[in-house]
Amino acid sequence: MIHGRLDAGLYRWLWLCLLLITLVLSNTSRSMARALDARWLIKYPGAWRVDMKSGISRFMQWLIDDASLGPVAFSQLTRGIAWIIEQPYQLVLGFLSSGLVTGQGSNAVQHLPPVSWLAVIVAVAVLGHYARNLWLALLVGVAFSYLAVFGQWDSAMVTLASIIIAVPFGVIVGLLLGIGMYRHAWFDRLLSPLLDLMQTIPVFAYLVPILVLFGFGPVSALIATIIYAMPPMVRVTALSLRGVDPETRELGIMTGCTSHQLLWRVLIPVARPGLMVGVNQVIMLSLNMVIIASMIGAGGLGYDVLTSLRQLKIGLGIETGVAIVVLAVALDRLSQALSERSDAVLIGRGGRSLWRQYPRLTLVLLTLVCGWLLGYGIPALRDYPPQWQVSTGLFWEELVRTINVNYFDELEVIKTHILTLFMLPIKRFLLGIPWPWGLLMITLLALRFAGWRLALMSLLLSVFILVNGLWEDAMTTLYLCGVSVIIACLLGIPLGIFAALNKPLGRAVSVFIDTLQTLPSFVYLIPVVMLFRVGDFTAMIAVVLYALAPAVRYAMYGVQRVEPQLIEAGIVSGCNAWQLLMRIRLPLASPQILLGINQTIMLALSMLVITALVGTRDLGQEVYVALTKADTGRGIVAGLSVAFIAIIADRMISASARRAQRRYSLGGDSSR
Amino acid sequence: MRIPWRELTLAGTVALSLGAMTQVRAEVESQDPIKLTLHDWTGQLITTNIMAEVLKKAGYNVELVQADYLAQFAGLKTGDLHVAMEMWETTGRDAMDEATATGKVENIGETGMVAIEDWWYPLYMKERCPGLPDWQALNDCAEEFSTPETAPNGRYLGGPVTWGGFDDERVEALEMDFEVVHAGTDAALFAELESAYQRQAPIVLWIYQPHWAPAKYEGEFVEFPAYSAECYNDPAWGSNPSMAYDCGKPRGPIWKVAWSGVRDKWPGAHAIIDSFRVNNDEMGAMVGAVDLDGESLDAVVGQWMSDNEERWQGWIQ
Repeated sequence: MIHGRLDAGLYRWLWLCLLLITLVLSNTSRSMARALDARWLIKYPGAWRVDMKSGISRFMQWLIDDASLGPVAFSQLTRGIAWIIEQPYQLVLGFLSSGLVTGQGSNAVQHLPPVSWLAVIVAVAVLGHYARNLWLALLVGVAFSYLAVFGQWDSAMVTLASIIIAVPFGVIVGLLLGIGMYRHAWFDRLLSPLLDLMQTIPVFAYLVPILVLFGFGPVSALIATIIYAMPPMVRVTALSLRGVDPETRELGIMTGCTSHQLLWRVLIPVARPGLMVGVNQVIMLSLNMVIIASMIGAGGLGYDVLTSLRQLKIGLGIETGVAIVVLAVALDRLSQALSERSDAVLIGRGGRSLWRQYPRLTLVLLTLVCGWLLGYGIPALRDYPPQWQVSTGLFWEELVRTINVNYFDELEVIKTHILTLFMLPIKRFLLGIPWPWGLLMITLLALRFAGWRLALMSLLLSVFILVNGLWEDAMTTLYLCGVSVIIACLLGIPLGIFAALNKPLGRAVSVFIDTLQTLPSFVYLIPVVMLFRVGDFTAMIAVVLYALAPAVRYAMYGVQRVEPQLIEAGIVSGCNAWQLLMRIRLPLASPQILLGINQTIMLALSMLVITALVGTRDLGQEVYVALTKADTGRGIVAGLSVAFIAIIADRMISASARRAQRRYSLGGDSSR
Repeated sequence: MRIPWRELTLAGTVALSLGAMTQVRAEVESQDPIKLTLHDWTGQLITTNIMAEVLKKAGYNVELVQADYLAQFAGLKTGDLHVAMEMWETTGRDAMDEATATGKVENIGETGMVAIEDWWYPLYMKERCPGLPDWQALNDCAEEFSTPETAPNGRYLGGPVTWGGFDDERVEALEMDFEVVHAGTDAALFAELESAYQRQAPIVLWIYQPHWAPAKYEGEFVEFPAYSAECYNDPAWGSNPSMAYDCGKPRGPIWKVAWSGVRDKWPGAHAIIDSFRVNNDEMGAMVGAVDLDGESLDAVVGQWMSDNEERWQGWIQ
C-alpha cells in the first residue's frame, strides 16, 4: 500500500517534469534549431516525406476505370446501387415536389401535380395527433406552416424527400450494426474504428470519389448523408443494449425467450429511450448535411442558404436556416412520439396501424384529393401564393448592422483579450514543440493511460501524419479543436446537468441545442465574420456552437436515466441536493457524459472544413484545397489525418475514463 | 408519413404509358436533356439561363442542375453533367486543367467576359489616404489599415488560398507594409467588406469582376505596375530586381467547359455553345438588375433574349 502511494507520487513528479520540459522546449525550439543548425527539428524536411497521395489517387483511378467483380465493372455496380436508391427517392420527390412527370429536362410533361401544401400540413398535423395529442399536432402543423408562410415550401419539400429516404435507411442499418456490435465482440472491434473514420473524415475528402462512383446528383448526396449520419445510431444502440439491467435480461432468459425474442421483445423495448437518442441524432445530422448535399446536386434548402449568404442576404439566409431547424424539430418530435406510441418493436413501423384509424385517414385523403382536384381551379391551393408570404429579412439585417456599427469596438476588445490570453499561448505552445519530442510525448501519454497497445497505435498514426508532411497542420487543428472542445464542455456539460434536473429548462435547452445542431453553421458564420473578422476566433466560435450539442444532450440524458430508486435511497440516507448530484447522479451518468465528450470531439473535428471557409490554416484547409484541385489522394490523406487525431484523442479519453471509474470503484458498465 | 405505395406506383405506370404518347420535336440529334450546371452566384445563373433559353429555341432539351463550382468536374468527367458556363481563369484554372488533361472534359473557348481581380478599397478611404489609387500611396498609409493583430502593418484581406493570386509574394516583392490574411470563401470576403462599409472603417481586400460588389459598394481597384508575363517570370523586371510578382494581377477570360461527349452527341448544340459570347458590361448591368434592383432572374433573361434576338439567332445558324 505504501509502496503504491509512493509510486503514484513519483509518477506525478515525473509527469510534471515532462510537462515543464515540453514547455521549455516549445519556447526555445526555434532558437535551439538555429543554434544547432538543425532545422529539421522544427520543420519535418520535405525530402523525408512518403508519397502516399499519388498512390491513393492511382488506386481510386483504378477502382473507377478498371476494377471489376467478375463480368461487372465496379463502377457499374455502384451505379446500379445508385439506381436502386434513386427509385424510391424520385417517387417521394415526385409526390412532394416535382409532381409525377415523364420525359426529362425541358421536355418533361407533368401528369399529376405535387401534393398541395395544405394537404401536407394537414397530414403531418394529423400524424402528430395520432402519435400523441393535439399539442403535437399543433406544433408540427405550425412548423410546416412556417415553411409555406416564409416562402420556403418548394425547397423544403425537396429536402424533406431526401430526409424521408436517408433517415429510415440510416436508422435501420445503424440499429442492425449496433446489435451486431452488442452481440459479437470481434464485430465491435472491427466496426469501432470504421465508425470513427466515417464520422471524422471530412465529407469533402471523399466527395469526389463518391461523385464519380455514384454519379452526380441527389443519390450521391444521400449516400454521403447516410455515411455521416449513421454512426451515432450504431454507437447508441450498442451502448443502450449493454446498459440494460442484467436482471431484466435474466428475467427474459428465465421465462424461456429464444435469443431472437430476448433481443426484439425484451432488450430493444427496454433500451428504447437510448435508441431514440440515436434516431434524434440521425435526423439532426442528416439535416446538417443539407448544405454539403446541395453542393452536389441535392438542391433544396441547403442551396438556398448558400445562395442567399453568398449574396450577403443575411436575413434570407437566417430564415432558410430556421426552416431547416423547424423541419428537424418537427420530424424529431414526430418520430419520438411515434416510437412511444407504437406497439410494434421496430422503429419506423410506427404508422402501421394508421389504416385502422379511419377518421384521421379520411381527413388526410380528403384534403389530398381536394387539393389535387381544386388545385386545377384554385392555384392558391396548389402553390402557396407569393403575396401571402412574410419575410423578416430586413429585421435581421438591421440587427446585425446595429450591433456592427455600435458595438464593434467593444467586441474587438473582448476578442483580442481571449485571443492573446487564452488561444494564442496554446497555439504557440503546440506549434513550438519539436516533432520528435511531440511523437515521444504522444506515445508516453498513451502508454500511461492505456498501455503499450494504444501507445504503439498512437505512435503509428502520428507517424502517418508526420511523413505526409502534415505535422504543422495537425498541430493547428489540435489547437483549434482543443480550445473549442474545452470551451464547449465547460459550457455544455453543466447546462446539460441543470437541464436534466429542471423539466421546463430541459425543454427549452432541448429546443436550443436542436437549433444549434441543425442551423447550418454557414448561417451564423457570416454574421460572426462581420463582427469578428476572418481568423481563428471566428473559427473557434463556429466550432463551439456546433460541437456544444452532444455535450449538453448526453449529459442531460445520462443524468435523467439514473434510476429513481437510487435517488430515493440517497434522499433516505440524508444526502442534500449537492451530494445527490455529486455522489449519485454524476458518477452514474459518467459513461454518458464521457460519450458526450467523445462526440463533442468528433463533431469539432468534423467542423474543420467549415473553419477552412474562414481561412484557418489547418487540416480542414488542406482537405478543402484538395477538393478544389480535384486531388483525391491529397484529400483522403488529409482526411485520414483528421480521423487519426480523433481516434487517438478518443481512445485516450475512454481509457482514462475507465481508470477514473475503477478508482471510484464503480466498475462494471463501461462507456464503450 | 404513411404513403400508399401501391396506388402511387399504379398511377405512375399509367402516367408513364400516357407520357410515351406525347410528341417531341425531333429535328435535333438527340432528345436527351443537356445538363447545364448552376452555381451560387447571380452572374453565372444569368449566363447559364441565357444559354439554356437559346438551346431550347434551337429545339434542344435542356435541364438545369445545381452543382458546386469545383465538385462539378467529377460529374463532367463521367458525363453525368454536360456543360458548365463559367469557369474562371483566375479561380478554376487548376481544376479545369486537371479535368481537360484526362480527355473527358473539353474547354469550349471563351465566354467573352474577362475576369478582373485585384486589391480594392471603398471610395471613402480616399479622404484618409490621399494619393490613392496609386499603390505607393496605399503603402504610405498602411497603418490606417492595421488591426490589433497586424499592427503596425496594414491588413489586406486576400481571397481563399485556393484562388492563388501571389499576394504574399507581391507584398514581399513590392516591400509593402501589409500582412496578407486569407479569407476562406468569398462569402467571408464580402461579409467583411459589408461590415467595414457599414462602419465606414478602413479595409483593402481582394475584389473581382464581374460581380455585384463593385456595383453595390463605391470603390476602386488599387493601381499596381501593369501586369506583364515578364513580371511574373523574370525577377529582374520591375522595381524589385531580385523578385518576381512586383506588379498587378493578370486579367483572364472566363471559359466554357463541357463533357467531351457533347461534341458527338449534340454536335449542333456544341456549335451553339461555342458561339456564345456576352461581355462584361451587359453582364454587370444584368447582375445589378437582379441583385440590386430586385428584378426576377427570369425577367432579366427574358429581356435579354428579346433585345438580342438577332445575336442568338446568329449562334443557332
